[in-house]
Amino acid sequence: MTDSKKITSIIKEIGNVIQKEKDFLTELDSFIGDADHGINMARGFKEVEKKLPGLEDKDVGTILKTVGMTLVSTVGGASGPLYGTAFMKAGMAIGAKNDIDGDDFITALNAAVEGIKMRGKSHEGEKTMLDALIPALNTIKKVYEENKDFKAALEQGIKAAEEGVEYTKTIIATKGRASYLGERSIGHQDPGATSSYLMLKAICSII
Amino acid sequence: MVGIVIVSHSNKLAQGVMELAKMMAADAPVAAAGGLEDGSFGTSYEKIDTAIDSVYSDDGVVILMDMGSAVMTAEMVIENMPNKKIQMIDCPLVEGAVVAAIASSSNQSMGEVINEAKNAAKESKL
Repeated sequence: MTDSKKITSIIKEIGNVIQKEKDFLTELDSFIGDADHGINMARGFKEVEKKLPGLEDKDVGTILKTVGMTLVSTVGGASGPLYGTAFMKAGMAIGAKNDIDGDDFITALNAAVEGIKMRGKSHEGEKTMLDALIPALNTIKKVYEENKDFKAALEQGIKAAEEGVEYTKTIIATKGRASYLGERSIGHQDPGATSSYLMLKAICSII
Repeated sequence: MVGIVIVSHSNKLAQGVMELAKMMAADAPVAAAGGLEDGSFGTSYEKIDTAIDSVYSDDGVVILMDMGSAVMTAEMVIENMPNKKIQMIDCPLVEGAVVAAIASSSNQSMGEVINEAKNAAKESKL
Protein backbone atom coordinates (compact mmCIF):
# COMPACT_ATOMS: atom_id res chain seq x y z
CA MET A 1 0.00 0.00 0.00
CA THR A 2 2.58 2.53 1.11
CA ASP A 3 6.29 2.24 0.45
CA SER A 4 9.22 4.15 1.95
CA LYS A 5 9.16 6.86 -0.72
CA LYS A 6 5.48 7.48 -0.10
CA ILE A 7 6.04 7.54 3.66
CA THR A 8 8.59 10.31 3.18
CA SER A 9 6.11 12.28 1.06
CA ILE A 10 3.48 11.82 3.77
CA ILE A 11 5.91 13.16 6.37
CA LYS A 12 6.72 16.06 4.06
CA GLU A 13 3.02 16.85 3.72
CA ILE A 14 2.56 16.72 7.51
CA GLY A 15 5.38 19.29 7.67
CA ASN A 16 3.69 21.47 5.03
CA VAL A 17 0.41 21.44 6.95
CA ILE A 18 2.17 22.25 10.23
CA GLN A 19 3.98 25.21 8.58
CA LYS A 20 0.69 26.42 7.09
CA GLU A 21 -1.18 26.11 10.39
CA LYS A 22 1.71 27.37 12.53
CA ASP A 23 0.03 30.64 13.54
CA PHE A 24 -3.32 28.98 14.15
CA LEU A 25 -1.79 26.37 16.47
CA THR A 26 0.18 29.03 18.32
CA GLU A 27 -2.94 31.15 18.72
CA LEU A 28 -4.85 28.20 20.19
CA ASP A 29 -1.95 27.64 22.58
CA SER A 30 -1.98 31.31 23.59
CA PHE A 31 -5.44 30.86 25.15
CA ILE A 32 -4.63 27.89 27.37
CA GLY A 33 -0.89 27.31 27.13
CA ASP A 34 2.38 29.09 26.60
CA ALA A 35 1.75 30.21 23.02
CA ASP A 36 4.42 28.14 21.34
CA HIS A 37 2.77 24.99 19.94
CA GLY A 38 2.79 26.09 16.31
CA ILE A 39 6.25 27.65 16.55
CA ASN A 40 7.68 24.53 18.19
CA MET A 41 6.05 22.07 15.79
CA ALA A 42 7.11 24.14 12.78
CA ARG A 43 10.71 24.23 14.02
CA GLY A 44 10.69 20.45 14.54
CA PHE A 45 9.20 19.58 11.16
CA LYS A 46 11.55 21.98 9.39
CA GLU A 47 14.45 19.89 10.75
CA VAL A 48 12.60 16.69 9.81
CA GLU A 49 12.19 17.96 6.25
CA LYS A 50 15.95 18.43 5.94
CA LYS A 51 16.46 14.75 6.76
CA LEU A 52 13.84 13.34 4.37
CA PRO A 53 15.93 13.21 1.17
CA GLY A 54 18.38 10.86 2.91
CA LEU A 55 15.61 8.60 4.15
CA GLU A 56 13.76 7.66 0.96
CA ASP A 57 15.69 4.41 0.55
CA LYS A 58 15.47 3.41 4.22
CA ASP A 59 12.88 1.05 5.68
CA VAL A 60 9.68 2.51 7.13
CA GLY A 61 10.69 1.76 10.74
CA THR A 62 13.95 3.67 10.34
CA ILE A 63 12.18 6.62 8.71
CA LEU A 64 9.64 6.93 11.52
CA LYS A 65 12.27 6.50 14.24
CA THR A 66 14.43 9.21 12.67
CA VAL A 67 11.45 11.56 12.49
CA GLY A 68 10.73 10.85 16.17
CA MET A 69 14.29 11.45 17.31
CA THR A 70 14.48 14.67 15.29
CA LEU A 71 11.28 15.98 16.89
CA VAL A 72 12.57 15.13 20.38
CA SER A 73 15.78 17.06 19.74
CA THR A 74 14.33 20.09 18.01
CA VAL A 75 10.73 20.86 19.03
CA GLY A 76 11.56 22.26 22.48
CA GLY A 77 8.09 21.95 24.03
CA ALA A 78 5.99 19.11 25.38
CA SER A 79 4.96 18.13 21.86
CA GLY A 80 8.61 17.16 21.21
CA PRO A 81 8.84 14.23 23.60
CA LEU A 82 5.18 13.35 22.99
CA TYR A 83 5.13 13.26 19.17
CA GLY A 84 8.76 12.13 19.22
CA THR A 85 7.86 9.10 21.33
CA ALA A 86 4.80 8.49 19.13
CA PHE A 87 6.87 8.34 15.91
CA MET A 88 9.63 6.30 17.56
CA LYS A 89 7.18 3.73 18.95
CA ALA A 90 5.39 3.58 15.59
CA GLY A 91 8.73 2.95 13.89
CA MET A 92 9.65 0.23 16.35
CA ALA A 93 6.24 -1.44 15.87
CA ILE A 94 6.63 -1.51 12.08
CA GLY A 95 10.30 -2.49 12.04
CA ALA A 96 12.37 -3.10 8.92
CA LYS A 97 9.57 -3.15 6.35
CA ASN A 98 9.77 -1.32 3.04
CA ASP A 99 6.07 -1.52 2.32
CA ILE A 100 3.21 -1.28 4.79
CA ASP A 101 -0.50 -2.11 4.57
CA GLY A 102 -3.56 -1.00 6.56
CA ASP A 103 -2.92 -3.49 9.34
CA ASP A 104 0.65 -2.18 9.73
CA PHE A 105 -0.63 1.38 9.85
CA ILE A 106 -3.10 0.47 12.60
CA THR A 107 -0.35 -1.33 14.55
CA ALA A 108 1.84 1.77 14.20
CA LEU A 109 -0.90 4.19 15.25
CA ASN A 110 -1.72 1.98 18.20
CA ALA A 111 1.93 1.97 19.30
CA ALA A 112 2.06 5.76 18.83
CA VAL A 113 -0.99 6.27 21.05
CA GLU A 114 0.42 3.94 23.73
CA GLY A 115 3.71 5.86 23.54
CA ILE A 116 1.97 9.20 24.12
CA LYS A 117 0.01 7.74 27.05
CA MET A 118 3.23 6.43 28.58
CA ARG A 119 5.27 9.60 28.04
CA GLY A 120 2.54 12.01 29.13
CA LYS A 121 1.20 9.73 31.90
CA SER A 122 -2.14 10.59 30.39
CA HIS A 123 -5.37 9.05 29.16
CA GLU A 124 -8.50 10.08 27.24
CA GLY A 125 -10.59 12.96 28.58
CA GLU A 126 -7.76 15.15 29.87
CA LYS A 127 -7.90 17.68 27.02
CA THR A 128 -4.82 16.45 25.16
CA MET A 129 -3.82 15.06 21.78
CA LEU A 130 -5.18 11.70 22.96
CA ASP A 131 -8.73 13.06 22.71
CA ALA A 132 -8.27 13.26 18.93
CA LEU A 133 -6.02 10.23 18.47
CA ILE A 134 -7.86 7.59 20.51
CA PRO A 135 -11.27 8.07 18.85
CA ALA A 136 -9.49 8.14 15.48
CA LEU A 137 -7.62 4.91 16.21
CA ASN A 138 -10.76 3.14 17.45
CA THR A 139 -12.76 4.22 14.40
CA ILE A 140 -10.02 3.32 11.93
CA LYS A 141 -9.72 -0.15 13.50
CA LYS A 142 -13.46 -0.74 13.43
CA VAL A 143 -14.10 0.48 9.88
CA TYR A 144 -11.02 -1.30 8.49
CA GLU A 145 -12.06 -4.59 10.07
CA GLU A 146 -15.48 -4.23 8.50
CA ASN A 147 -14.54 -3.47 4.90
CA LYS A 148 -10.72 -3.64 4.57
CA ASP A 149 -10.77 -0.29 2.77
CA PHE A 150 -8.00 1.65 4.50
CA LYS A 151 -8.64 5.04 2.89
CA ALA A 152 -12.31 4.88 3.88
CA ALA A 153 -11.31 3.84 7.39
CA LEU A 154 -8.87 6.75 7.64
CA GLU A 155 -11.50 9.20 6.42
CA GLN A 156 -13.88 8.02 9.13
CA GLY A 157 -11.05 8.18 11.64
CA ILE A 158 -10.40 11.81 10.76
CA LYS A 159 -14.06 12.63 11.40
CA ALA A 160 -13.74 10.99 14.81
CA ALA A 161 -10.58 13.04 15.48
CA GLU A 162 -12.39 16.23 14.48
CA GLU A 163 -15.20 15.40 16.88
CA GLY A 164 -12.54 14.71 19.50
CA VAL A 165 -11.10 18.20 18.97
CA GLU A 166 -14.59 19.67 19.42
CA TYR A 167 -15.01 17.61 22.58
CA THR A 168 -11.85 19.15 24.06
CA LYS A 169 -13.67 22.53 24.08
CA THR A 170 -16.14 21.14 26.61
CA ILE A 171 -13.75 19.71 29.17
CA ILE A 172 -11.30 20.92 31.82
CA ALA A 173 -7.61 20.34 31.15
CA THR A 174 -6.03 18.08 33.74
CA LYS A 175 -2.68 17.58 32.01
CA GLY A 176 -0.04 20.00 30.82
CA ARG A 177 0.23 23.77 31.17
CA ALA A 178 -3.52 24.23 30.58
CA SER A 179 -4.30 22.30 33.76
CA TYR A 180 -3.13 25.30 35.79
CA LEU A 181 -6.11 27.19 34.36
CA GLY A 182 -8.65 24.72 35.73
CA GLU A 183 -12.19 25.67 34.69
CA ARG A 184 -10.89 28.60 32.67
CA SER A 185 -9.65 26.07 30.12
CA ILE A 186 -13.25 25.21 29.18
CA GLY A 187 -14.38 26.73 25.89
CA HIS A 188 -11.00 26.42 24.20
CA GLN A 189 -9.99 23.58 21.91
CA ASP A 190 -6.78 21.80 22.74
CA PRO A 191 -3.84 22.74 20.48
CA GLY A 192 -2.32 19.24 20.72
CA ALA A 193 -5.59 17.55 19.77
CA THR A 194 -5.81 20.01 16.88
CA SER A 195 -2.31 19.25 15.58
CA SER A 196 -3.01 15.52 15.88
CA TYR A 197 -6.16 15.93 13.81
CA LEU A 198 -4.28 18.01 11.22
CA MET A 199 -1.55 15.37 10.97
CA LEU A 200 -4.05 12.56 10.36
CA LYS A 201 -5.71 14.71 7.70
CA ALA A 202 -2.34 15.29 6.04
CA ILE A 203 -1.67 11.53 5.99
CA CYS A 204 -5.06 10.90 4.39
CA SER A 205 -4.48 13.50 1.69
CA ILE A 206 -1.48 11.53 0.38
CA ILE A 207 -2.58 7.91 0.91
CA MET B 1 30.32 14.08 44.41
CA VAL B 2 26.88 13.57 42.94
CA GLY B 3 26.30 15.77 39.91
CA ILE B 4 23.21 17.98 39.79
CA VAL B 5 21.50 19.11 36.58
CA ILE B 6 18.91 21.88 36.62
CA VAL B 7 16.44 21.66 33.73
CA SER B 8 14.14 24.58 33.07
CA HIS B 9 12.21 26.15 30.20
CA SER B 10 14.11 29.33 30.93
CA ASN B 11 17.86 29.76 30.59
CA LYS B 12 17.84 32.54 33.19
CA LEU B 13 15.88 30.45 35.65
CA ALA B 14 18.18 27.42 35.29
CA GLN B 15 21.27 29.65 35.64
CA GLY B 16 19.74 31.42 38.64
CA VAL B 17 18.87 28.19 40.43
CA MET B 18 22.38 26.94 39.78
CA GLU B 19 23.90 30.14 41.21
CA LEU B 20 21.68 29.94 44.31
CA ALA B 21 22.65 26.31 44.89
CA LYS B 22 26.32 27.10 44.49
CA MET B 23 26.13 29.96 47.00
CA MET B 24 25.72 27.33 49.71
CA ALA B 25 27.94 24.69 48.15
CA ALA B 26 30.52 26.24 45.84
CA ASP B 27 32.27 22.97 45.03
CA ALA B 28 29.13 20.96 44.17
CA PRO B 29 29.07 19.89 40.52
CA VAL B 30 25.94 21.69 39.28
CA ALA B 31 25.08 22.27 35.63
CA ALA B 32 22.22 24.25 34.11
CA ALA B 33 20.22 23.19 31.06
CA GLY B 34 17.73 25.98 30.49
CA GLY B 35 15.87 27.12 27.39
CA LEU B 36 16.65 26.34 23.79
CA GLU B 37 19.91 26.76 21.88
CA ASP B 38 18.82 30.15 20.52
CA GLY B 39 18.00 31.40 24.02
CA SER B 40 14.23 31.13 23.63
CA PHE B 41 11.96 29.31 26.08
CA GLY B 42 11.73 25.55 25.87
CA THR B 43 13.53 22.35 26.74
CA SER B 44 16.57 21.22 24.81
CA TYR B 45 17.46 17.52 24.60
CA GLU B 46 20.97 18.48 23.58
CA LYS B 47 21.51 20.88 26.49
CA ILE B 48 20.35 18.28 29.03
CA ASP B 49 22.57 15.65 27.42
CA THR B 50 25.61 17.97 27.56
CA ALA B 51 24.84 19.12 31.11
CA ILE B 52 24.68 15.51 32.37
CA ASP B 53 28.02 14.70 30.74
CA SER B 54 29.62 17.81 32.26
CA VAL B 55 28.86 16.76 35.87
CA TYR B 56 28.81 12.97 35.50
CA SER B 57 30.96 10.70 37.66
CA ASP B 58 30.57 7.22 39.15
CA ASP B 59 28.75 8.89 42.04
CA GLY B 60 25.86 9.55 39.63
CA VAL B 61 23.77 12.51 38.56
CA VAL B 62 20.43 13.79 39.78
CA ILE B 63 18.15 15.93 37.64
CA LEU B 64 15.76 18.59 38.92
CA MET B 65 13.16 19.87 36.48
CA ASP B 66 10.56 22.64 36.37
CA MET B 67 7.58 21.10 34.50
CA GLY B 68 6.01 19.58 31.40
CA SER B 69 8.48 19.15 28.58
CA ALA B 70 11.40 19.58 31.01
CA VAL B 71 10.28 16.39 32.75
CA MET B 72 9.50 14.45 29.58
CA THR B 73 12.67 15.49 27.74
CA ALA B 74 14.88 14.67 30.72
CA GLU B 75 13.17 11.28 30.87
CA MET B 76 14.05 10.60 27.23
CA VAL B 77 17.68 11.66 27.67
CA ILE B 78 18.00 9.25 30.60
CA GLU B 79 16.38 6.41 28.62
CA ASN B 80 19.08 6.89 26.00
CA MET B 81 21.84 6.59 28.63
CA PRO B 82 20.86 3.17 30.01
CA ASN B 83 24.21 2.34 31.60
CA LYS B 84 24.58 5.55 33.53
CA LYS B 85 23.55 6.25 37.11
CA ILE B 86 21.05 9.08 36.65
CA GLN B 87 17.79 9.84 38.40
CA MET B 88 15.17 12.59 38.27
CA ILE B 89 13.96 14.02 41.59
CA ASP B 90 10.37 15.06 42.21
CA CYS B 91 10.96 18.14 44.38
CA PRO B 92 10.65 21.94 44.43
CA LEU B 93 13.24 23.24 41.98
CA VAL B 94 14.85 25.98 44.10
CA GLU B 95 14.76 24.38 47.56
CA GLY B 96 15.57 20.98 46.12
CA ALA B 97 18.62 22.30 44.27
CA VAL B 98 20.00 24.11 47.33
CA VAL B 99 19.56 21.05 49.55
CA ALA B 100 20.90 18.64 46.91
CA ALA B 101 24.00 20.81 46.34
CA ILE B 102 24.78 20.91 50.06
CA ALA B 103 24.28 17.13 50.35
CA SER B 104 26.45 16.52 47.30
CA SER B 105 29.28 18.76 48.51
CA SER B 106 29.17 16.90 51.84
CA ASN B 107 29.96 13.76 49.85
CA GLN B 108 26.61 12.15 50.55
CA SER B 109 25.52 9.26 48.33
CA MET B 110 23.09 9.63 45.44
CA GLY B 111 20.33 8.00 47.52
CA GLU B 112 20.93 10.48 50.33
CA VAL B 113 20.98 13.45 47.97
CA ILE B 114 17.66 12.31 46.52
CA ASN B 115 16.07 11.88 49.96
CA GLU B 116 17.27 15.28 51.15
CA ALA B 117 15.90 17.00 48.05
CA LYS B 118 12.56 15.19 48.30
CA ASN B 119 12.27 16.24 51.93
CA ALA B 120 12.69 19.85 50.83
CA ALA B 121 9.07 19.66 49.69
CA LYS B 122 7.95 18.96 53.25
CA GLU B 123 9.59 22.04 54.80
CA SER B 124 6.84 24.58 55.36
CA LYS B 125 7.75 28.21 54.81
CA LEU B 126 5.08 29.69 57.03
